[in-house]
Amino acid sequence: MTTHLVIAPILLPLLSGILLLLLRRITVRWQRGLGLLALLAQVSVAVILLQHVLDGPLQVYALGNWQAPFGIVLVADPLAAWMVLITALLGLFALLYACQGADRAGRHFHVLFQLQLFGLQGAFLTGDLFNLFVFFEILLLASYGLLLHGSGPQRTRAGLHFVVINLAGSTLFLFAVGTLYGVFGTLNMADLAVQIRQVTPEQIGLVRLAGLLLFGVFALKAALVPLHLWLPAAYSAATAPVAALFVIMTKVGAYGILRLDTLLYGQGAAADLLDAWLLPLALTTLVLGTLGVMASTALRRQIAWLVVLSVGSLLTAFALGGVNGIAAGLYYLPHTCFAGGAFFLLADSIARRRVDAGDRFAPNGVLVDRRLLGGLFFILALLVAGLPPLSGFVGKFLILRAALDSPAIAWVLAIVLGGGLLTIIALARSGSVLFYRSVPGDNPAEKRSQAARRLSTELLPVGGLVLLCLVLVIGAGPVDAVTRTIAEQLLQPEIYIRAVLGGSGT
Amino acid sequence: MEALLSLIIGVLTACGVYLMLRGRSFPVVLGLTLLSYAVNVFLFAMGRLTIGQPPIIREGISQYTDPLPQALVLTAIVISFGMTAFAIVLALKARAELGNDHVDGRES
Repeated sequence: MTTHLVIAPILLPLLSGILLLLLRRITVRWQRGLGLLALLAQVSVAVILLQHVLDGPLQVYALGNWQAPFGIVLVADPLAAWMVLITALLGLFALLYACQGADRAGRHFHVLFQLQLFGLQGAFLTGDLFNLFVFFEILLLASYGLLLHGSGPQRTRAGLHFVVINLAGSTLFLFAVGTLYGVFGTLNMADLAVQIRQVTPEQIGLVRLAGLLLFGVFALKAALVPLHLWLPAAYSAATAPVAALFVIMTKVGAYGILRLDTLLYGQGAAADLLDAWLLPLALTTLVLGTLGVMASTALRRQIAWLVVLSVGSLLTAFALGGVNGIAAGLYYLPHTCFAGGAFFLLADSIARRRVDAGDRFAPNGVLVDRRLLGGLFFILALLVAGLPPLSGFVGKFLILRAALDSPAIAWVLAIVLGGGLLTIIALARSGSVLFYRSVPGDNPAEKRSQAARRLSTELLPVGGLVLLCLVLVIGAGPVDAVTRTIAEQLLQPEIYIRAVLGGSGT
Repeated sequence: MEALLSLIIGVLTACGVYLMLRGRSFPVVLGLTLLSYAVNVFLFAMGRLTIGQPPIIREGISQYTDPLPQALVLTAIVISFGMTAFAIVLALKARAELGNDHVDGRES
């Protein structure tokens, strides 16, 4: 049973997606039930998988029993299992919110949602570079469908840009994969890592070129400056649960960069591949993300810019490197996914109650249920801005601690702390417009009946995600220990290589 | 043959990039198609160019062509074909909903 555990997080969403497609004539209620059941199963499988790889050795699954490096392998190392768990949890709450009506706005929502998870989990678990490309395409194709869910000119326009830029990214990915294959004749990531270490001087130019092309592709997915311009329009146009799930998509890019930096180009002559690029670009992303947050005129767009900002913080942590830096990033990653996802869901709840202004920062009639919504907004703002005592603070603290022994400490401190301050100001401003600046208008009591029927159930997923962030604070010790284990393992790529290739890896 | 092939890949890529930077959605889709052609030929060439050799192990033959790039290209063709179809449908949808075929949805 243990041996097949690795493929379970991929098979579960695929099979439930296919099942939902076959059963598309059943009532919405059953579709929701099936979808949620599938996600609950995925969360449990992800927990078991993480436990297994933290306690024991890496789990390698040779598809069709073709041994690496000749066949495609799935590899569950602690990093992959960690990402799988975060994705499953975020997906569960996003789907829970979608089940309150957003899934009816278009066709095949549940099928696409499962296929999106299929692509995400596959991208985390695969140990083959071309297979990674295929899973990227699967998750992108599902995301195109999900982004357009609900239709409308705004979504179509954002969708066209999103599709075109991602297709261009896929082409670059193939060029990079082709170059690596042309040089080494292998696409297995462990095998590539071994060969890149022993690269000869005449090959090194090509190898660095391929690595930087891959970095460009992952930076595009992660929305790293200057490749971030597609994100605010796409994320603010998407339906709330879809936007919440998309928060993890930028982290796929960050995951790719981390793998590239630690495994593929971890050691050897090409090991300094990203040194000159990653930290400056991550800090620039932080600066531009902060400016975007300040300049936004609507809540959803502001949250989309907060996602850009969080990518900047995350990649700053990864760029600082070492056990401290990577562990800080891996602690910050689930926090930012849960907080960002919850913020998108809350923004939708707020926008639907502001009948005149929607999510724009403009005066509106007195908001129904402003206490509960405002309270959640306050908590989420604290989380995102990184104020104590919530998990954002712990994440930022860990990142700054990792920066202490870096030569760029002045830059990191100034930009991370300054960005945090400006984020607080921007969020305080938007909160006061949303909740305090009301114009006398229609009597809110009449809207209360129709708009606020099931507020407490509606906000259940938001509460759940906030609760997960609280778990991250209360369990900060154990979580930090887990992320440290992951980081230590990442910095010893021999473990990964030996597990995949057997004894010949070292 | 190598020079000819690299010339073809280069020209296809250049045309693809140029068309993709245009403002109308039809040239953009054409540009994406040309780019995917270029990358398919590129992948194929990465297995080295050999003529008249079998890709499958047989008795009495010592020279082979690399079968893996052919499998990769096949996958890449299928994916890019599907993506192009999707991009065309989306461009048509944008044309219908936004009233023009500019990629930003507005005449400048």
